[in-house]
Amino acid sequence: MNFTLKVWRQKNADASGAFETYEAKDINPNMSFLEMLDVVNDDLTKRGIPPIAFDHDCREGICGTCSLVLNGDPHGPTQGTTTCQVYMRSFQDGDVIVVEPWRVGAFPVLRDLVTDRSAFDRIIQAGGYVSVRTGQAPEANGAPIPHRMAEAAFDAAHCIGCGACAAACKNGSPMLFVAAKVAHLNSLPQGQPERGERVLGMVRALDAEGFGSCTHTTACEAVCPKEIPYDLIVRLNREFLAASAQEAVTPHGHAGGAAG
Amino acid sequence: MSAILNPRVPEGPLAEKWTRRKNEMKLVAPNNKRKYKVLIVGTGLGGASAAASLAEMGYEVESFCFQDSPRRAHSIAAQGGINAAKNYQNDGDSVYRLFYDTVKGGDFRSREANVYRLAQVSTQIIDQCVAQGVPFAREYGGMLANRSFGGAQVSRTFYARGATGQQLLLGAYQALSRQIAAGRIKLHERTEMVDLVLEDGKAKGIIVRDLVTGELTAHAGDAVVLATGGYGNVFYLSTYARGSNATAIWRAYKRGAALANPCFTQIHPTCIPVTGDYQSKLTLMSESLRNDGRMWVPKKQHDSRPPAQIPEDERDYFMERMYPSYGNLAPRDIASRAAKRVCDEGRGVGPNGLGVYLDFADVVKRIGEEGVREKYANLFQMYNEITHEDAYKAPMRIYPAIHYTMGGLWVDYQLMSNVPGLFVVGEANFSDHGANRLGASALMQGLADGYFVLPYTLGDYLAGEKPGSRPKADAASFQTAHKESAARIERLLSIGGKKPVSEFHRELGKILWHYCGMARNDAGLRKALELIPQLRAEFWRDALVPGTGAELNQSLEKANRIADFLELGELLCRDALTRAESCGCHFREEFQEEGECKRNDADYAHVAAWTYNGEGQEPTRNVEPLTYENIKLATRSYK
Repeated sequence: MNFTLKVWRQKNADASGAFETYEAKDINPNMSFLEMLDVVNDDLTKRGIPPIAFDHDCREGICGTCSLVLNGDPHGPTQGTTTCQVYMRSFQDGDVIVVEPWRVGAFPVLRDLVTDRSAFDRIIQAGGYVSVRTGQAPEANGAPIPHRMAEAAFDAAHCIGCGACAAACKNGSPMLFVAAKVAHLNSLPQGQPERGERVLGMVRALDAEGFGSCTHTTACEAVCPKEIPYDLIVRLNREFLAASAQEAVTPHGHAGGAAG
Repeated sequence: MSAILNPRVPEGPLAEKWTRRKNEMKLVAPNNKRKYKVLIVGTGLGGASAAASLAEMGYEVESFCFQDSPRRAHSIAAQGGINAAKNYQNDGDSVYRLFYDTVKGGDFRSREANVYRLAQVSTQIIDQCVAQGVPFAREYGGMLANRSFGGAQVSRTFYARGATGQQLLLGAYQALSRQIAAGRIKLHERTEMVDLVLEDGKAKGIIVRDLVTGELTAHAGDAVVLATGGYGNVFYLSTYARGSNATAIWRAYKRGAALANPCFTQIHPTCIPVTGDYQSKLTLMSESLRNDGRMWVPKKQHDSRPPAQIPEDERDYFMERMYPSYGNLAPRDIASRAAKRVCDEGRGVGPNGLGVYLDFADVVKRIGEEGVREKYANLFQMYNEITHEDAYKAPMRIYPAIHYTMGGLWVDYQLMSNVPGLFVVGEANFSDHGANRLGASALMQGLADGYFVLPYTLGDYLAGEKPGSRPKADAASFQTAHKESAARIERLLSIGGKKPVSEFHRELGKILWHYCGMARNDAGLRKALELIPQLRAEFWRDALVPGTGAELNQSLEKANRIADFLELGELLCRDALTRAESCGCHFREEFQEEGECKRNDADYAHVAAWTYNGEGQEPTRNVEPLTYENIKLATRSYK
């Protein structure tokens, strides 16, 4: 197969970027998109053109590092997959493929297709955990968790933090990412004591990082490689309102517990 | 015993060693803890759990990872599960049985005391992770669920669907994040360690490269912890993340740390087969699938009929035939070699004959497609994405692939290398798994080391170092290491050759897979020891590394790592050549009995740890004898 790639090239965070056109020739349809880029990069290198920088690591759809927008779709044309699991057989021979980085203000471009997503780490630091010290945890079966609750927590916990939700959103909102973490921890007994602080902390960190607000277009759900459902955002909003109300009546206390 | 390898195993009965050592260890007073700085390289299960625990205890911690976030460390990709001797199934499990299975699984090439401790703390790991909110699978009554893994006849594996590594890593990452927010950990992401700095023979710092700006900086600490994972990418095609590399442990080796058992490389039996030369990566299918999947090949050679058209009596369920008591759940090395054997006989399936079937027809009949989906959904989906085949309808095709390195930097019982102050945890060290790792044991070791061992043993070391005595990062030793790192990068950039570095990596991988893969022999290893130095010379003559050192330069990152692989690969073959026996995953064709490993306990019941003697010099092979006080060395049988 042969393809024409229009790739976003940008030397560093301060430079302005532009699209460059490259040909990808004799591509095996079973190559992943990233393997195709490897082949193109070796060719560019030999021709003295700087190879295209892109983020990737596990190449099996779980680490959340890969982050390309292909023809306008974060993670490309395949439903429920990451870019590294997009195969060239998903395209037609002769296709023109536009390759861009995540376009989110809070994820500055570092080079070409590589963006800085450390804002997500700072959102987790603002409450996306259970405060437990190492060493003296109670016996694991001491607090039974119903099967259904454990499965629902897993469904939310499966978010890989790639940022596609923000990249797909017209406001650049990563609300699905925050909603997933809040749903994961707030639905388990272990997460209850910090329930209110968690949601307030994470949502406020999201604002502080300069992400936009959610306007419920559900574009995030459509592109999420782990198919995290939009419903979790509804739950997040309810938790946020309840925690805000509680915080308003007990300004010096903890915004724990009462939500939802 | 070699003078440099003192394992420092505590005296006394096996079951009491760890308690006894904990009681003997020196403590650091709370007000002194903040005066010590610990540098931790790597943020996977070992590194993140260690960083979080040490910061909670009050030490100043700096954490480094080459990824853009600690959450991306490759521990995240582990699928199947984590072992613990909880005996929740009431099937007779115990700390002793987990210990025994692990030592036997490793073909009696691991240190008894370390493995026993691992089994002991395994139960605490599950408690810890549940408290963090890790959503392990549950029974309908709310109790934790378990499944079986290879090499065990009990059900002791805890899991979170097929993404156990992800959930455990996120737990550790969240604990780490909490400490970052509290100001107790300073995180350096997109930062790679390029050298280790010693002062008076002790590890006191590192040189790192900022992968965005290219800037090299020196960092001083009172101790250095390497938690940088395994070096399986030396083989090029593997199940490792593309970024996994050996650089940190290799530079430590060149500064005097001993590298143990480098030839012990695990080959995982259930990976998606290689399909083309362009391929950059092999994808694992969790071993848990062998609970329900049955491995088979046609009885006839070169039988190209689709699997559905091959009748039952023309199928060879080779695992069940060869290993009736463990069947499809025999350990990984055994299952890998069995698959290789049937393919070598010309009975492999798929386009190039390098594959066997893993068939789910029986379980689909038993519990329905929906039931199978609940247990393994994401694995079947992943298989479908990669191969475009539906494993609910037709069997998966699988083939062995490089998956884990049991070798690594040598450590004593305290997890300290032979370089004082240099600690090594998780896959980066050699301990616990011997010559073969059982499934669901890697996650267990990473978290055991980081949460429950290092926090004690590191304190014992620091208590012997004067608080506030660490060198400044501009001391002479740091300046020298800094200059050497800069010179190395300059040298890579100025080779000015014609060949992209990825091609060297692929060639190295082929040499290693061919001559030092699932089977090795004397002649092949000698051949590899000729080919690798030639390839290395060619690399330094003809590699093409574009760009500069003062920018985000992924070609340079790769070149730097491949240069290390080109040296490590040679040591790996040298180690395999010297070990004239077969054990676990190290299968020397000259030493076999009915196709199984033939160990030589009289001459090789030891750890072989190599020390560097300078460029162009042969390294020294040091030996730590393995003494078994509690287990009788037996021929390993899963029949």
